[in-house]
Amino acid sequence: MTFPGVKALDHVDFTLRKGEIHALMGENGAGKSTLIKCLTGVNNFEAGEIHIDGISEAVRNRNTLDAQKHGISTVYQEVNLCPNLSVAENLFIGREPMTKLHTVNRKEMVKRAQKLMNEMNLPVDVTRNLDEYSLALQQMIAIARAVDMECKVLILDEPTSSLDDSEVEKLFNLMRQLRDRGVGIIFVTHFLEQVYAVCDRITVLRNGQLVGEYPIAELPRVKLIAAMMGKDFDDLASIKPEGGLHGGTESLIDAQGLSHAGKIKPFDLTLARGEVIGLTGLLGSGRSELARAIYGADKAQTGTLRVKGKEVHIKHPIDAMNLGMGMLPDDRKAEGIIGDLSVRENIILAMQARRGMTKLIPMKEQEEIADHFIELLQIKTASRETPVKQLSGGNQQKVIIARWLATDPDFLILDEPTRGIDVGTKTEIQKLVIKLAQEGKGIVFISSEIEEMLRTCNRLAVLRDGAKVGELSGEMTQELVMKTIAEG
Amino acid sequence: MTTLKKITQKQLFLPLFSMVLVMLINMIYDVAHGNPFYNFFTISINSQGILYGRLIDILNRGSEAAILAIGMTLVVSASAGTDISVGSVMSLAGGVCCVLLAGFGNVNVNSYAVPLWVGVLAGILTAGLCGAFNGFLVAFLKIQPMVATLILFSAGRAIGLLLCNSAIVYVNVESFKMFGGYTWIFPTPLLITAGCVLVTALALKFTALGTYVQAVGINKDAARISGYKSAAIIFLCYVVCGLFAGIAGITATSRIYSADTNNIGLNLEMDAILAVALGGNSLGGGKFRLSGSIIGAYTIQAITTTLYALGVSSAQAPVFKAVIVIAIVTIQSPVVKAYMKKRKAAKQLESGKEVHAS
Amino acid sequence: MKKKRMNSNSILLMLTIALFVVMYVSGCIAYADKGFTKLQVFLDILKNNAGLICVVCGMTAVMITGGIDISVGALIAMECMFLAVGVEQWGLPAVALLPLMLVIGLVFGMVQGYFIGYLEIQPFIVTMAGMFFARGMTAVISTQQVSITKSELMTKLSTMKFNMPFAIGAYTNKKGKLMIPNVSIYVIIALLVLVATFLILRYTKFGRSLYAVGGNQQSAALMGLDVKKTRFKAHVMCSFLTSIGAICYVLNTMCGTTRQALGLEMDAISSAVIGGTLLTGGVGNVIGSFFGVLINGTISSLVKTNGKLSSAWPNVVTAILLCFFIVLQAIFARFRKKD
Repeated sequence: MTFPGVKALDHVDFTLRKGEIHALMGENGAGKSTLIKCLTGVNNFEAGEIHIDGISEAVRNRNTLDAQKHGISTVYQEVNLCPNLSVAENLFIGREPMTKLHTVNRKEMVKRAQKLMNEMNLPVDVTRNLDEYSLALQQMIAIARAVDMECKVLILDEPTSSLDDSEVEKLFNLMRQLRDRGVGIIFVTHFLEQVYAVCDRITVLRNGQLVGEYPIAELPRVKLIAAMMGKDFDDLASIKPEGGLHGGTESLIDAQGLSHAGKIKPFDLTLARGEVIGLTGLLGSGRSELARAIYGADKAQTGTLRVKGKEVHIKHPIDAMNLGMGMLPDDRKAEGIIGDLSVRENIILAMQARRGMTKLIPMKEQEEIADHFIELLQIKTASRETPVKQLSGGNQQKVIIARWLATDPDFLILDEPTRGIDVGTKTEIQKLVIKLAQEGKGIVFISSEIEEMLRTCNRLAVLRDGAKVGELSGEMTQELVMKTIAEG
Repeated sequence: MTTLKKITQKQLFLPLFSMVLVMLINMIYDVAHGNPFYNFFTISINSQGILYGRLIDILNRGSEAAILAIGMTLVVSASAGTDISVGSVMSLAGGVCCVLLAGFGNVNVNSYAVPLWVGVLAGILTAGLCGAFNGFLVAFLKIQPMVATLILFSAGRAIGLLLCNSAIVYVNVESFKMFGGYTWIFPTPLLITAGCVLVTALALKFTALGTYVQAVGINKDAARISGYKSAAIIFLCYVVCGLFAGIAGITATSRIYSADTNNIGLNLEMDAILAVALGGNSLGGGKFRLSGSIIGAYTIQAITTTLYALGVSSAQAPVFKAVIVIAIVTIQSPVVKAYMKKRKAAKQLESGKEVHAS
Repeated sequence: MKKKRMNSNSILLMLTIALFVVMYVSGCIAYADKGFTKLQVFLDILKNNAGLICVVCGMTAVMITGGIDISVGALIAMECMFLAVGVEQWGLPAVALLPLMLVIGLVFGMVQGYFIGYLEIQPFIVTMAGMFFARGMTAVISTQQVSITKSELMTKLSTMKFNMPFAIGAYTNKKGKLMIPNVSIYVIIALLVLVATFLILRYTKFGRSLYAVGGNQQSAALMGLDVKKTRFKAHVMCSFLTSIGAICYVLNTMCGTTRQALGLEMDAISSAVIGGTLLTGGVGNVIGSFFGVLINGTISSLVKTNGKLSSAWPNVVTAILLCFFIVLQAIFARFRKKD
């Protein structure tokens, strides 16, 4: 399986045994979802074979239905059931028990559904609508559907992301129960604790390649993190200035006890001029959510925020922008680019929002700004009027960086600015971050790649499972960071 | 080949192409009937000292749809939905205006009860209020545009009827007939349309309205992160759409110097939506061109006028409209687009293979 | 534990039924002297809305999938005109034309369904084209008002009356004659359609897949349902039931005009919405829609009984109710999201 320019999955072997829970681990872009999509028939693959016990030939699934027929079922984070139907119907839709008159036998359906629920110890009244139950129960109902369809392989794709601790425990009990019945379970998660709580075996992917397969006992936490993030430093010379970066005395941001229910627990964070502070932790640890709470992308529910010493209340991103903030979101496609608009229009977008609707930036000035940033950031585009969706990912990212630089912010949040970008551009962006800090701006930098963080940041805040668990500064090494993530 | 493709991919290709096609049909028709081929384009000044000709007729009669199309374009772009209440709101605006001018309860008057400008302004503001109501439902309560505007679609006309006591209220005053009549040698509706288009075009040129609307229409979340208040912008678009519906309503009312609530603006919302689509604007929202919608509106009027000239009755004309709608949306359909792309790719692959073989 | 908790949808349905009862009872109290309490008044509401009941059944099915069909009124006009002109001017027997009307409905629905289901074009746009087409075709067939007088079968069907069993609600009129409340055959047809649709939606695979598709298209596809085919079938069903509605309609009016059933689509949509059908799809049933029709019919009937009120009032009141229910749905939806 290859995507344009990048090999998403490169000669990966993966074996799932009967009756085991197998964790599939890796950071963003490691190839987890691509592997799953190949197994379930969502994506096609170019080379390789899938063998399933009991089927003599190699299996190639054309779509998810095919996969289900071959005994591979998937349950996603967002439940793929119909919230408006009863639990019983969700369990049996498409394969309802029929009466002699070829009508749906609702009685029989309810009876069988209730039996299934009782077998799995789920406290569910199957005649109620699905949306009357918690997300956790909905997920277990989805699993029940898969199990009842006699699946041999159950893929759980980040099922625990929106569950609380007791719900997670219930899910684990169900998973163990299924394992004992002989179902093979592939468990994808970002929560390390959960891997050690329930899994038998771990396969780690990195950059589309297999790092290895390990029994759980042979892979302690620190080693797992090392395997996921990669140990080898790049050979690139240090880009930090001699003596490193030093935060100024003027405090830009002072957050006390900010939180957003269900996403990030209360945290404190300060940032001074000239500082680059990194937020590190695994994906889903709350590093993006922390940044979004400060910026007002998700309105903070508790705590106080001081910007340049003054207490502020941010209701909408525009309020944050007027205080001199800017944020590059991690999901470039969903929250970054305005695809159909041109490079020029995308670059002046935030600047225009700050000026207001009535004060249009004169066309000549727009063009000058666009040309300036296209040259400064070396954006490769046919012209400044090309729709931004036609640019490559890296260049799109640069356009969004340009959008924020154009507003001349005091404080910039960069959430995964280097994701999906080639190495050369990565270094450029890192250098730019250092340069901005030297000019006296404050930067919050988020990245999945630890070496990148070490190279650019002078302080690191470490997050785990939605909480800030530590802060590092001075001499930082990769081992130290991993230890902090693992042990907090 | 490539230049041809470049031309056909231009956004204004579709409306202009349709326009040219209509003109051609007209020319053939004229020639077949022994008239000179340029008959369609002939413009003369008749005995009453006003411009006269089929082209002028189209420009005159297409005015209301063109005015509506301006507002509809903004609404479609920002909210990816259509405002189906505009025809009904037109009727209400006309009703409010006439009832005020005639005095409540009167059916036929020869003098104003209130100054002309009060009546006109009240009509337009009422329509603006209707737009605000629609905008509130769509932008803040997040109700699908079609459903939200369904309420005023059925209520607007009925409220107008109630105001008029279910009668047709005549305002027999020369100055009121002005908006639907002639100014110097030009039809006034044409001038009103030109004014509306000019104001909107200037707003698009000298303020950031276009950027705001399109950014919200294309990617609401990205626009939000970049500091745009999506709900407020969508709301604004509906208000503007309402105001233009009011202007169109006054124009239509003035033409017949009476509030014929049952018939003013009937089915015009469909014409306005069609104009937007024919203008090459996606009904899925996002990027828009005002000029496309305007040309689209006049193209539809040209088609209607041509059909009448060919002897098709006004009641039968919708059959052809249906064919046009289906043709446009089929071209825009994602499934058809994907199929074309696939076929093109297959063709390229084939020709590539041939090159390889040779 | 066994106690059934009400969900927001059943609350909406209860609200609709309660609204109808309150409206009807207050009508009975206010207009007792004008005979509003008579059973025949209620039966006449059914009679005048028999066509609408059929249409609303189809509309509900389409709306459950998350679609909409605004061509229904025009389709009725086209079919009524076809029948009227067929009988009067072409001299064809009604017995052949009536089934042909159903066939026309099927074909019409299949074309619309193809564009919506398989070419994935917005239902509103496709059925708008359908509406244009059908209205235009009505005028192509004839621009005159054509009354049906020549067909014996039609006259017979139209005047056929069924008295209430056991003379329920009978009364003696001013001349001392015993009047037994009665219904026409097309009321019975409409009620049969209602019952059939109720059973289809509740007890067949197809019916349940309508709800699944409307609830979550992606999930429905992942659970093995053919989403395209389901949406296609829903539109075929809607046009077919509309054709049955057209038969009821023409039996009631006995004529064809170009302005027939003008705006009926909006009556059907508002009835369904008032009856608790969600425009976003996935929720709704014909019982609610039936009460929606009854509410609309009662409003018209009350205005007519009053005699002094403008004919525009029913529209205004319906729109206010529509607004109330739409806003209520939006608020419920928001609460559900927060849970």
